[in-house]
Amino acid sequence: MSYRFTEDHEWVLLEGDVATIGISDYAQGQLGDVVYVEVPEVGSDIAKGDELAVVESVKAASEVYSPVSGEIIEVNEDLEGAPTLVNEAALEGGWFAKVKVTDSTEIDDLMDEEAYKSFIEGLDE
Amino acid sequence: MSEVPATKKTILHDLHVELGAKMVPFAGYDMPVQYPAGILKEHLHTRSSAGLFDVSHMGQLVISGDDPATAIEKLIPGDIQALAPGEMRYSFLTNKDGGILDDLIVTRREKDLFVVVNAACKEHDIALLEKGLTGKAEVRELKDRTLVALQGPKAATVLSRYADEVKEMPFMTFREISLDGIPCFVTRSGYTGEDGYEISIPNEHAVSFYRKLLAEDEVAPIGLGARDSLRLEAGLCLYGHDLNEQTTPNSAGLLWAISKRRREEGGFPGSDVVQAQIASKPAMKRVGILPEGRAPAREHTEIADEAGNVIGEVTSGGYSPCLEAPIAMGYVPLAFSAVGTKISLLVRGKARVATVAKMPFVEQRYYRG
Repeated sequence: MSYRFTEDHEWVLLEGDVATIGISDYAQGQLGDVVYVEVPEVGSDIAKGDELAVVESVKAASEVYSPVSGEIIEVNEDLEGAPTLVNEAALEGGWFAKVKVTDSTEIDDLMDEEAYKSFIEGLDE
Repeated sequence: MSEVPATKKTILHDLHVELGAKMVPFAGYDMPVQYPAGILKEHLHTRSSAGLFDVSHMGQLVISGDDPATAIEKLIPGDIQALAPGEMRYSFLTNKDGGILDDLIVTRREKDLFVVVNAACKEHDIALLEKGLTGKAEVRELKDRTLVALQGPKAATVLSRYADEVKEMPFMTFREISLDGIPCFVTRSGYTGEDGYEISIPNEHAVSFYRKLLAEDEVAPIGLGARDSLRLEAGLCLYGHDLNEQTTPNSAGLLWAISKRRREEGGFPGSDVVQAQIASKPAMKRVGILPEGRAPAREHTEIADEAGNVIGEVTSGGYSPCLEAPIAMGYVPLAFSAVGTKISLLVRGKARVATVAKMPFVEQRYYRG
C-alpha cells in the first residue's frame, strides 16, 4: 500500500478496493492558497479521467481528474470549512474523495513516489 | 524561429526573481504574480501594513504643447481644464460609440500633462493620442522611469521617512519630490482602495530605492495576484475585463468621472452616446455581486434571473481575503441592478444564489486631507 501519482499531480492511495484521492504537495504549492474545493456527490459514478473535483485558489480554478473508475463513497466534508487543509496536509487531511474502484489495475500505470519525485524535478528545470 | 515577440522585463525584474517571485507573462512583460508569502498573505499585508508593487509595465507619458489640457479633452471626457497644477483625475479614452478604449490617470502639471496608461493598451493609446493631438501637443513615453506603488495604512509613515511632505498630500495629487536625493514623481493614488502612493523613479535609481523601501519593517513585496484581489475588493475596474469597447461610462457606472461641464458640452468621442444614455439610461449596468456559499464565480460566469434565463456575465470574480468569501462584479440589465436584487450564477452548470451588492466590498481609506 503506497501512494501513486498521475502526471496531472493527483495522488491515489488504494486500500482494498477503496481509493482515496487528492492532489500532491507540489500541486498545492503551484496553486497557492486554496479557498474552495468543489467535491463530487456521494453515490455518483466516475470514470477514470473524469473531473472529480475543482480546486479554487485566490487566483484561479483548477480541475482535478479521477485516476480511477468507480463509485464515490465518501467525500472530505472538512474541506467545506477548511479548504486550506489542501495546502497544509495535501497527502493526508487534504484528500478529496474515496472511490470504490471497479478495476484496481487502473493504478498500475501510475508513478510511485520515487518516479513522481523525478517527474516533478524534471518540471522545475 | 518563433514569431512571438520576446517578453519584456522591467528594471526590477531580477530583483523579483531574487525575492523568489513566481513570474508570469502579463501584457507582454514577465511580471511577479506572487512572492513566497502567497497571494492571501500579500493581500492582507497590504490592508494592514504596506505593500510594494512594481507597476513599471504601465505606460508613463508626458503630453506637452501650448494647451495640452484643452487638447486632450477632445479624446477623453475628463475635466482636465478644471484641474489645478498638481491635481490628477481618473478618465478614459472613448470611441465614437462611447465605448471605453482604455482607462487612464491624467495629472496636470505646470507646463504639461503626466499620464499613466495600462500596459496592454500602451502602444495603441500612444498612437491614438499622437494622432488625436497632432499639431496641438506632443506625446512622449518616459521609458527611463520605473513606476512602483506603495499601498496600505502604513504607506504614509514609511514614505515620510524620505520626505515629510508626502504626509500632507491629499488623495489624487502629484508632487515632484526628492526622495533619498532621487528626483521622483510622487502621486497619492493607487489601485487597492488603501491610502498610498505611486512613485516614478529614474531607472538608474530604481533598484536601490526599491531595496530601501523593502527593507522598511512595514513593507513587503506584493505581486499581481494580490493586486487583482485588492482592486476587486475596492470595486475598481480592470480594463479588458470590466471595461472594454462595448462598455460605456454610463453602463460601467463611471459617470462620476465626467464633470457637469463635460456632460453638457460633450466634445469627446462618443459624447452624443454618453449624453443620450444619461437621459435614457444604459441597457446594462456594472454591479457588485455577493455569491452565497464559498464557491468563487470567475470571469465569464453566466448570470441568470431566478427563472434561469441568462441575463448577463461576471467580468471579474474571485475570493475576498478580507471578507473570507467570494466576491464578483459583472453586468446585468438595469432592472436587475438595484442593491439586494437576487440573481443566480451558473458556476460549472450549477445555479448558485447571489445578491447584487454595493461596492466597494471593503471600505476605501483614501487620505482626503
